[in-house]
Amino acid sequence: MMTQKAVAQAAGAAPARTVISAEGLNLVYETNDGPVQALKDVDLEIGKGDFVSFIGPSGCGKTTFLRVMADLETPTSGTVLVNGVTPEAARKARAYGYVFQAAGLYPWRTIGGNIRLPLEIMGYPKAEQADRVQRVLELVELSGFEKKYPWQLSGGMQQRASIARALAFDADILLMDEPFGALDEIVRDHLNEQLLALWARTEKTICFVTHSIPEAVYLSTKIVVMSPRPGRITDIIESPLPKERPLEIRDSPEFLEIAHRVREGLRAGHAYD
Amino acid sequence: MRNVIPVLTVVLAILVIWYGAAVMLNRQWVLDQAARQDRVLTTSELIAETWAQEKPKLPAPHQVAAELWDTVAMKKPTSKRSLVYHAWVTMSATVLGFGLGTLLGFALAVGIVYNQVMDRSVMPWVIASQTIPILAIAPMIIVVLNAIGISGLLPKAMISMYLSFFPVVVGMVKGLRSPDAMQLDQMRTWSATRAQEFWRLRLPASMPYLFASMKIAMAASLVGAIVGELPTGAVAGLGARLLAGSYYGQTIQIWSALLMAAALAAVLVGLIGLIQRITLKRMGMA
Repeated sequence: MMTQKAVAQAAGAAPARTVISAEGLNLVYETNDGPVQALKDVDLEIGKGDFVSFIGPSGCGKTTFLRVMADLETPTSGTVLVNGVTPEAARKARAYGYVFQAAGLYPWRTIGGNIRLPLEIMGYPKAEQADRVQRVLELVELSGFEKKYPWQLSGGMQQRASIARALAFDADILLMDEPFGALDEIVRDHLNEQLLALWARTEKTICFVTHSIPEAVYLSTKIVVMSPRPGRITDIIESPLPKERPLEIRDSPEFLEIAHRVREGLRAGHAYD
Repeated sequence: MRNVIPVLTVVLAILVIWYGAAVMLNRQWVLDQAARQDRVLTTSELIAETWAQEKPKLPAPHQVAAELWDTVAMKKPTSKRSLVYHAWVTMSATVLGFGLGTLLGFALAVGIVYNQVMDRSVMPWVIASQTIPILAIAPMIIVVLNAIGISGLLPKAMISMYLSFFPVVVGMVKGLRSPDAMQLDQMRTWSATRAQEFWRLRLPASMPYLFASMKIAMAASLVGAIVGELPTGAVAGLGARLLAGSYYGQTIQIWSALLMAAALAAVLVGLIGLIQRITLKRMGMA
């Protein structure tokens, strides 16, 4: 524990502080058909304020890696540090908010009640809960929907509410597992734009799992390309795109060049099987 | 208003079948009587007499209605001859047994969901308990409880409990397990305690299951209370009325007790339905 704290302090001293680091990470599932290597020798560093996308076909371990960071899975070998401590300690310290594929709002709670849920669990005082709910609702542009029930909202609005819920307790890290996967293209574009604005305002570190190339390139400062069997990282692309990104940027040559490199990376991964 | 016509049609069909069956079943006795008295009956006389016997095989609806009117409306509710009094006695045991059964079922379900040992060991016993005919075990429960000095309402309620805890266990285990893996993972990302997970996720998620099981439990509980009154020679309750009716061939009394039991069940189950609607509405789920 002491050494981990020391690591955290050392990392804090560096100019671009490392928030998440993985070294020689392996995860093997035992199944009835024998062992499945979900992650193989994964090394990765994520700096503070990065927007990192994980892209790859299904089975490449992108979701598994996110779950390892969130302490929802335990790696077989290797180390992961989140904020300089183990994922378990980070989870208990409420270091991250996790947004799942489905909004997963409780139908018996209003939107406000759903966002309040983690705050209640973490024991925030009542008045502060109300303040925070108002603040994050504003952040995801859902002010005025506090008293509505989830079924009264569209799919995109529900997913925004679930992002608000993950933001409510001020975690520095936002882990997002294909949050817009079930939404249509137009809604997705809109939410991507909003997410970028939100990221700029809150300066959080975001890890974002997706299987859409344009989404990954549009959103990220760093794109991690992964491939399956065994799940591993094949390419890490630092995006040269500016922080300010209108939707039109997707037609620029730089954008298309990065998209091309991602596609090449994905294809190279597939050549293995 | 749209419901009235179908309902009336069904009621009418039942009455027609009932009157017809009364003629068929009571006919032989009327014919025998007539033969003994050397009378020749016209068809209309025959039908009229099958509907007016004192101890018919199947009493006609109006006979049962008259008996019900006589024993429900014309007697003081505290009188032993009032069907309301007997229904009250049975209802007390039903409601007490239902309450105990629901509590027991709920407690067992929580144990099964949260404790692996209970998960593996309790369910087979719960199922086995329901394969024993209640008629066989009811007298033993009464005798055993009597031997340790418990008599009156509680033994009957215990039999009701025995029948009513089962649907609650089965329904609540299903209900408490209804949150999916994602919702449980989500609780974990917030480092929620088991108690928080129970009160904020599992319990509210199980509400629709709880009410469905409680409706079945209430009906089972009423059956239990009536069965509990049969072997004990109870002097009060709908079961006692049924038993006395069958001793003395009072079919009209039996049928009115049966209808009273059906009405009681409808009211009790309807009451749970009402609580269900109010609760789910307040939870925003209906």
